[in-house]
Amino acid sequence: MSIIKAENITLMYGAGTSFEKTALDNVSFEIEKGEFTGIIGHTGSGKSTLVQLLNGLMKPDKGCIYLDEKNIWKKPKQIRNVRFRVGLVFQYPEHQLFEETVYKDIAFGPKNMGLEEDEIDRRVRQASEFAGLKEDKLMLSPFDLSGGEKRRAAIAGVIAMDPEVLILDEPTAGLDPLGRDALLSGIEDYHRSRNKTIILVSHNMEDVARYCEKVLVMSHGKKILHDTTESVFTRSDILEQNGLRVPQIMKVMSELKQKGINVDTSIMTVDKAFIEIINLLSDK
Amino acid sequence: MKEFIKIENVYYKYYDNSDNFALKGIDLTINKGEFIAVVGHNGCGKSTLSKLLNSIFIPTTGTITVDGIDTKNDDKLFEIRKKVGLVLQNPDNQIVAGIVEEDVAFGCENLGFRPQEIRERVDYALKAVDMYDYRLHSPEKLSGGQKQRVAIAGIIAMKPECIVLDEPTAMLDPKGRDEVLNTIRELNKKLGITIVLITHYMEETILADKIVMMNDGAIMLSGTPKEFFSDVELLKRYRLDVPQVTELCYKLKGCGYELPDSVLDEHECVEALYKLLSNYNELL
Repeated sequence: MSIIKAENITLMYGAGTSFEKTALDNVSFEIEKGEFTGIIGHTGSGKSTLVQLLNGLMKPDKGCIYLDEKNIWKKPKQIRNVRFRVGLVFQYPEHQLFEETVYKDIAFGPKNMGLEEDEIDRRVRQASEFAGLKEDKLMLSPFDLSGGEKRRAAIAGVIAMDPEVLILDEPTAGLDPLGRDALLSGIEDYHRSRNKTIILVSHNMEDVARYCEKVLVMSHGKKILHDTTESVFTRSDILEQNGLRVPQIMKVMSELKQKGINVDTSIMTVDKAFIEIINLLSDK
Repeated sequence: MKEFIKIENVYYKYYDNSDNFALKGIDLTINKGEFIAVVGHNGCGKSTLSKLLNSIFIPTTGTITVDGIDTKNDDKLFEIRKKVGLVLQNPDNQIVAGIVEEDVAFGCENLGFRPQEIRERVDYALKAVDMYDYRLHSPEKLSGGQKQRVAIAGIIAMKPECIVLDEPTAMLDPKGRDEVLNTIRELNKKLGITIVLITHYMEETILADKIVMMNDGAIMLSGTPKEFFSDVELLKRYRLDVPQVTELCYKLKGCGYELPDSVLDEHECVEALYKLLSNYNELL
C-alpha cells in the first residue's frame, strides 16, 4: 500500500508575474510504506520544492497529495497533523536550533504534540540515539556543539516526533565522511528497526546507491525516472543528460563490459564489485 | 619552485582566555603555482587555516608569510588580500549584486581601479571561468555551479596569485561540481594561480600536486596523491573516504592479485582490472 501518493502536482512560483516559473510540472508518483527512496536531480530541478509539498508546507497549484490515501489538503485546518506524521529535515537544519539546551530543542516537537513528560523524555533519548548524539551532549547549549553534532541534534528533533515518513533534504552536505556515514547508518537503522518510510534528497550518487531501494529522478520540474536503484543507475545516458552521474564503480563495470569482460553492470558498491571480480578470477 | 606561502609553527586559538587551540603547530610551505588539497574531519582546523592565509585571522603564535609579507603586518593587509583570494562553501552567501558582471566587479571597485581597467578585468575573469555569456544575467537565475563560478570570477578579477577555496563544491550537484573543478584546474594550469582546495570529496583531491591531511589542529599526513592513497588502511583509520576505485584495487591487491599501487581514477582502474582479468583468461 502506498503511504504517499502525488497525483499530477504542479506548482508555480510567482504566478502571474513576469518571473513566473514552473517549479513542478505535472508530477505523479507513489511511495510504498517502509521504502527508502532517494530523490536526485540537478540544482533547481524541483527536489526541495517537492519535499516541502509532501509535508504540507506548500500547497500545490494543481493536483493532490495523499497520505495514507487521504488528501492532505481536504481539511486545511488539520494540516498540522500531516506535519507530525511526515517529518521534514531541511537543508542546514542546524541553523534552526534555538533552545537553551539540546534536550529542550529536541523536545520541542513532541511537546507541541501535547505528549506527557515521561513520553517526551523517552522520545528525546531514543531520537538522540538514532541520530548518533551522545547522552552527555543533551544538557549543553546547541551552540557548544560541533557542526556535525548540531546537524544530528536537529535531525533528532524531527525523529522525536516519531514521524511515519522521514524526509531529509541533503542531510550530509558539508559533513565529513565520518559524520556522513554515522548519520546515514543511523537513518538506516531507524528505517529498518521501525519500518519507517524514508525519503533522502541527495547529490551524492554513491550514498544514494548504497542506502536507497528506489530512486526518483527530477529534472526541470519534471519526474524523469522512478524505479529501483539498480534500474535507475543503469540509465547512465539519461542521468548524464540531466546533470547527474552514476557511481564510480558502476562506470568501471560498464567499461569492463564494453571491453568484452562479462561483469554484472548493475553493481554499484565496492564490496559487491570486489566479490564479482574475485568470483570471475576464481571461476577460471 | 618559489616559496609563496610559508607557515611556521603556527598556533591559533579563538579566545584569548581559552586553552583550546584550533591549530597546534602547523608547518607548511606552499610554492608558487602549486595545487594543494586539504582534507580532514569537521573541526580539524581546515577552515581556520584558510582564514589565516589572507589575514582574516592572525596566528596566536608563529608566523605566516605571503610572498614574503608577514600576515601580522596591518599596513600590508590589502596587499595580502589582493594576493590571496578566498572562496567559500555557499555561493548564495557570496553574491552581492543583481547582475553577474556587477557582482564580479565588486572586489575591483573596492580596490579603486579605473572603470576601463575594471571592465577589462571583469571580462577577463568571466572568460576564465567560462561565464562570459552570462555577464548580463541575474545571479539568482543561475545554477549552483554557475553561481560558484561567478563567485570565483569575482576573485579572479582581482588577479590574485593564490585562491583558497573552502569546500566550494559541497552544495553543488554532480555537474556543478565538475564545472567548478574544471575551472579550478584550468586556473592552476593555464594561469599558474596557486590553489589551496579544502574538500571532503576525495575524488577532488587526486587533481592536486599535494594532499595535506589535518587532524585535531595538526598536519598528520601529506604527500602526492599516489603517496597519500597508498595506505588505504591508514586513511580508513582516520575515517577518511577513499575513491571507490582506489578502495577496490587496494582490496584486490590485498588478496594477492597483481595490480598497480594507488589506482586513483576510473580510467586507470578499468585498465588495471582489464589486464588482470584478461591475463587470467590466457592462463586457461
